[in-house]
Amino acid sequence: MTYITGVGLTSYGKHERLTSLDLMSKAAELAIADAGLKRAEIDGILCGYSTVSPHIMLATVFAEHFGIRPSYAHAVQVGGATGLAMTMLAHHLVDAGVVKNVLVVGGENRLTGQSRDASIVALAQVGHPDYEVPLGPTIPAYYGLVASRYMHEYGVTEADLAEFAVLMRKHALSHPGAQFHKPITVADVLASKPVASPLKLLDCCPVSDGGAAFVVSREPTNAARVKIRGCAQAHTHQHVTAAPALSELGAEISIAKAKAASGVAISDVRYAAVYDSFTITLAMLLEDLGLAKRGEAAARVRSGYFSRHGEMPLNTHGGLLSYGHCGVGGAMAHLVEAHLQMTERAGQRQVRDASVVLLHGDGGVLSSHVSMFLERV
Amino acid sequence: MAKPADWTNGEEAILYQSCASCGKVQYFRRGFCAVCGSTEFAEKRASGKGTVYATSVVMRAATAETRAHVPYNIVLVDADEGFRMMAHGAGDLAIGDRVSARFAAFAGQLVPFFERLA
Repeated sequence: MTYITGVGLTSYGKHERLTSLDLMSKAAELAIADAGLKRAEIDGILCGYSTVSPHIMLATVFAEHFGIRPSYAHAVQVGGATGLAMTMLAHHLVDAGVVKNVLVVGGENRLTGQSRDASIVALAQVGHPDYEVPLGPTIPAYYGLVASRYMHEYGVTEADLAEFAVLMRKHALSHPGAQFHKPITVADVLASKPVASPLKLLDCCPVSDGGAAFVVSREPTNAARVKIRGCAQAHTHQHVTAAPALSELGAEISIAKAKAASGVAISDVRYAAVYDSFTITLAMLLEDLGLAKRGEAAARVRSGYFSRHGEMPLNTHGGLLSYGHCGVGGAMAHLVEAHLQMTERAGQRQVRDASVVLLHGDGGVLSSHVSMFLERV
Repeated sequence: MAKPADWTNGEEAILYQSCASCGKVQYFRRGFCAVCGSTEFAEKRASGKGTVYATSVVMRAATAETRAHVPYNIVLVDADEGFRMMAHGAGDLAIGDRVSARFAAFAGQLVPFFERLA
């Protein structure tokens, strides 16, 4: 049995003069305080990576900096799936009795610590060094390829994809920590600058500074009772050239395994936290996970299904698309928001019922997947 | 093992490997078959013919060398020999088009460039 006992999240956007370690420290401080623990009670640390300040031993660098001497610590790297992969590992470490309280932390000054070009070049390296990268693709191009095929097979349109950007922006408007607070329309998304067809600027998440953290514990440490019910991963490929058919991608595999591991069904889920690096990512994952039928996710957005007061509130903080994306911390914000919803601390964003939550993360080009169910007990 | 010359090292050729044991083909070069592990396979030269699987026209590039080529069309092509590859393509290509490869200069390197078959 494991619980998420505390969460911490900085605002996303620009944090001039703060380093990756500073942002990790801020989030960690918040999460530990939220759990009602002291630094000395943290006996495990899992952290992600920073493209701005790469280090071969980031977890111990952070532990020393933050003032913790853990009995278990290392970094984890699975691209955008890192946050949930760390949470899954923390769950198993705590469940196995290796450690009692694991701090999971990610943070990066990706926006102000390097140029946008540098971020785009760094991220494009998830491509094959010999057979893809020399062709000059970018992350939006990798996802643009997937989008072109998905639209072709399932009749999804650019206007359909724009709905997801509009929804995430609408949700971000009520979160003071979000990077973007200007409302947008479908027409705005369609008219935004082309990046890699069919994706335009507003189909893409931004580059951000920010940090997120949480504590996974063996016993509840406060009034919160957020239990990790079960989780699973799937890794089908690294490079988009080697990706399987759209009907055989990893999200379907990981969600099936997570359902089996937890005994939770999609019909039990009341709140969804799903990776949204691009509008196409969110559309595909919602359909792969069974939260909408093939080609019908956009129609569900239009009908309000995924809105704060809809049947399945989704990424009520604004997601990567509008809360922001600072790398590893990006998708961790989804879990922080889910925790606030589950513990009824989401203020003006509070949904009616977040008793059972589905989280899903994706790394690479739909390469690595982690699905997880949380339950308020 | 010496790498045979193909477009990735400046030769106008698309190569692939065909496993002598299980018959599977692979495009990313390795010293073994990624399906069955066999080290017995033939190095083959592809015809350059195939079908467009996906396309994305890059309008926002991130380096000075690639920016000079914007817009450029990144395509995934299913080669007639049974493997998928990434390449460049003409701006008007659509999914399902039958295509044939020539080679073009891009950011200081030779890259395969697909055009629609007449």
